[in-house]
Amino acid sequence: MAELITESIAVRADAADEEPDDSQRRRGRSAFWRRLLTPKFVVGAVVVLLIVLFGLIGPLITQDPNAIDNIGLSSPSGAHPLGTTSVGQDVLAQLAHSTRGSLTVGVLVAAFTLGLSAFFGIIGAYIGGITDEGFSLLSNVMLVIPGLPLVIVIASYVESQSVLLVIVVLALTGWAAGARVLRAQTLSLRNREYVLASRVAGERTWRVICVEILPNLLPVMSSGFVFGIVGAVLAEAGLSFIGIGATGSLTWGTMLADAQNGQALLFGAWWWFAPPGLLIAALGAALSLINFSIDEVINPKLRTTNIAKVERRTKREHQS
Amino acid sequence: MSTNPEMSSAAGVATPGRSGSVAPDSPLLSISGLSIDYLGERTVHAVANVSLQLGRGEIIGLAGESGCGKSTLAYGINQLLVPPAVITEGGVTFHDRSGDDIDVLALEDKELRRYRWNKVSMVFQGAMNSLNPVISVRAQLNDVFATHRPQMSKAERRLRSGELLELVGVDPKRLDSYAHELSGGMRQRVMIAMALALDPELMIMDEPTTALDVVVQRDILLEITRLREELGFAVIFITHDLPLLLEISDRIAIMRHGRIVEMASAEEIFFAAQDPYTRQLLRSFPSLTGERGDFIRHGAQLENEEVR
Amino acid sequence: MATLEVKNLCKDFHVREGGNRRILNAVQDVSFELVPGGTVALVGQSGSGKSTVARMIAHLERPTSGQVLLDGAPAPTRGRGVHKYRSQVQMVFQDPFASLNPFHSVGHHLERPLRLHGVATSKADVHAHVIELLERVQLSPGRDFLARRPHELSGGQRQRVAIARALAPQPSVLIADEPVSMLDVSIRLGVLNLLARLQREEDLAVLYITHDLATARHFSDRIMVMYQGEVVEDGAPDDVILRPQADFTKRLAAAAPEPARNERMIAAASRYAKDTTNDR
Repeated sequence: MAELITESIAVRADAADEEPDDSQRRRGRSAFWRRLLTPKFVVGAVVVLLIVLFGLIGPLITQDPNAIDNIGLSSPSGAHPLGTTSVGQDVLAQLAHSTRGSLTVGVLVAAFTLGLSAFFGIIGAYIGGITDEGFSLLSNVMLVIPGLPLVIVIASYVESQSVLLVIVVLALTGWAAGARVLRAQTLSLRNREYVLASRVAGERTWRVICVEILPNLLPVMSSGFVFGIVGAVLAEAGLSFIGIGATGSLTWGTMLADAQNGQALLFGAWWWFAPPGLLIAALGAALSLINFSIDEVINPKLRTTNIAKVERRTKREHQS
Repeated sequence: MSTNPEMSSAAGVATPGRSGSVAPDSPLLSISGLSIDYLGERTVHAVANVSLQLGRGEIIGLAGESGCGKSTLAYGINQLLVPPAVITEGGVTFHDRSGDDIDVLALEDKELRRYRWNKVSMVFQGAMNSLNPVISVRAQLNDVFATHRPQMSKAERRLRSGELLELVGVDPKRLDSYAHELSGGMRQRVMIAMALALDPELMIMDEPTTALDVVVQRDILLEITRLREELGFAVIFITHDLPLLLEISDRIAIMRHGRIVEMASAEEIFFAAQDPYTRQLLRSFPSLTGERGDFIRHGAQLENEEVR
Repeated sequence: MATLEVKNLCKDFHVREGGNRRILNAVQDVSFELVPGGTVALVGQSGSGKSTVARMIAHLERPTSGQVLLDGAPAPTRGRGVHKYRSQVQMVFQDPFASLNPFHSVGHHLERPLRLHGVATSKADVHAHVIELLERVQLSPGRDFLARRPHELSGGQRQRVAIARALAPQPSVLIADEPVSMLDVSIRLGVLNLLARLQREEDLAVLYITHDLATARHFSDRIMVMYQGEVVEDGAPDDVILRPQADFTKRLAAAAPEPARNERMIAAASRYAKDTTNDR
């Protein structure tokens, strides 16, 4: 290359490099968290936290949920803050253990689902070719298999269902949609120049996937994980309600099923069926709130609140 | 703010007719002291106290680098700014053919819609994004007429649509095409045809050829200058490509950090630029045909010069 | 020093248009040689195949036919050989906003190639090399840039980091694919001059890919013009630009904005002649 300008000038051209302005500099991880801290997120997080704490601590301080030595169907009282069931179990104790059970199922299913969808979605899309075609075909097939009926069929074949079986079955029927989302994202990421650049630098395939691609998928994956929990809790509740959940387990679904069998509604025993139902609704709503907040941060098109704020400010300044 | 009067005196010589700083005889658009801020955690003064006068039928080039405020200024003229961008000061007056002066910033709703496209039309960089991908060129032109010229008959519209495409050098058969069926240059021509549809007095072109290859760019530029001769509209042409502006503009405004640092005729900018930043910009484009050594000479000069 | 030779390189893409499959000859029979200290400019419009040539040389695309030879030996296609080839042949990408991972710090981007190619192994050694690389691309003091993330840098600074990354494995061949076309005009020459200086210091063989005839002319020893996958003209810069032979090159050279040959400017030149000398 012929050098056209002497060194000192090249240095000076440097000084003319446009400095990125401060607002740009302040973006980044800390800003990510600050933007995430919307009222929506805070409410959602607090509710989730309360439910999790209840699930963690509750079982330690309540009585045995299966003890049937209390008076049946008694309404809430000092001894039994949430009353008792028809066979005399303490509802609060049942609720505490059920919360733990439901959350365990939800988190484990969401984690397995995420793992499966990441494996089939990301690896297929990155490697491409036959691997991608195969993985895509598999996820498309899994996508059209109706989940719940399949679960019912599997569950009815197995004699005694462990919690683990329920978790595995729910994960196996639930990963396909997530895999398709991650595949689409990875397809766009794999041709980004920084991925090409890391290949040129000599990075190995697994490292390119884990270090270059995966971090950029984290927002999508965390959103998928959160929705996965809601989906799994609901699915498990559904299964338990129709009587094919895990044998001997205690979840919100089994509580509702018991309440149904014990004709709680007929006896007006609201303290029996309302709490598990409310907790399912609260968890679903809270996790959705968290998800909306994550969505708003990663998807600029959804950032509505800020614009409204600026508009108000604009009007004020125009009037003054 | 046009050229700093002190600058030419500081240079010690009277430069021949700094036409750039003189207001045109028959003004079409007057911008006075316009300031535009982006409100946010930290307010950014995107355009700061800009004044300029655009003559009827004149091509003004607005040159500057990313973030200098050139597009913001153009959008402000058309009241196309959306929050958080806010006009904080100044005025824009459009001197209509009919002799009326229009206070652009005071326009609202119906009048604003009438002003846009009728008086001032815009051509953007990405024709693919500006053309609707799911309806034909004909339907889009029809939409323009239906909105702004409801009294036109169907036959008139068809005739006019064909005329417009012919005007920009596109076969009228293309009226039934969709955006994706057209090449990049053709799309940009269609965009220009649409901008011309209502016979505007001013066209604002925001980097209209930046995405195009240089051969196609040349064709489009020739088309724009020819149409200007023919139809007499004025143009505000925004780009970072200073050599291109030097070829097509009557006057050029160099923008930096929201201000016009220098405004003068194209010849003046090319041969006798006053502002150091203008000179720096000029030097950033090596000459295609000049001596290879020519460039080194310019470079050597740079050393003795104050570069902000 | 290594020499890179490209022989009869071809690349076909299978494209689907509606239901039909069609073969697109993106690159057809391209041959050239890069020598230490020399720059070859590959000029063409979008879709001419110039970037595909770059990607084939950088081992990001596999040629349909033809060869890339490094010091006379065919470029390996798999295994450790590829790694070794990459330590010799590096690439700078077009878009500095896309070629750095938003998730990683500047330091990370430079440490990896140093470690991968065994240029430095101990922590202190890597650190020293990273600082040195940063300062060589005029990002000094280097330690101020280590922890920054790409979004905290301007376009020119990012491209400098990208250049430093390409230099980290101490290559002998550098492919620069439109290295300045995404940058602001006032900093383009600075980056090109930086590349020119580094080339001289390292005796690099450079392939400069661009659509800009003017910089191609000033920054290269030889220009090849590509059109629809083929090299239509090949020669010394001044011959290609000032005395083009191929139709396409003629059109390209005539279309490029050049105020110096604009009639109005020529007419005005005499008016300003005296003035300019006084002024400057």
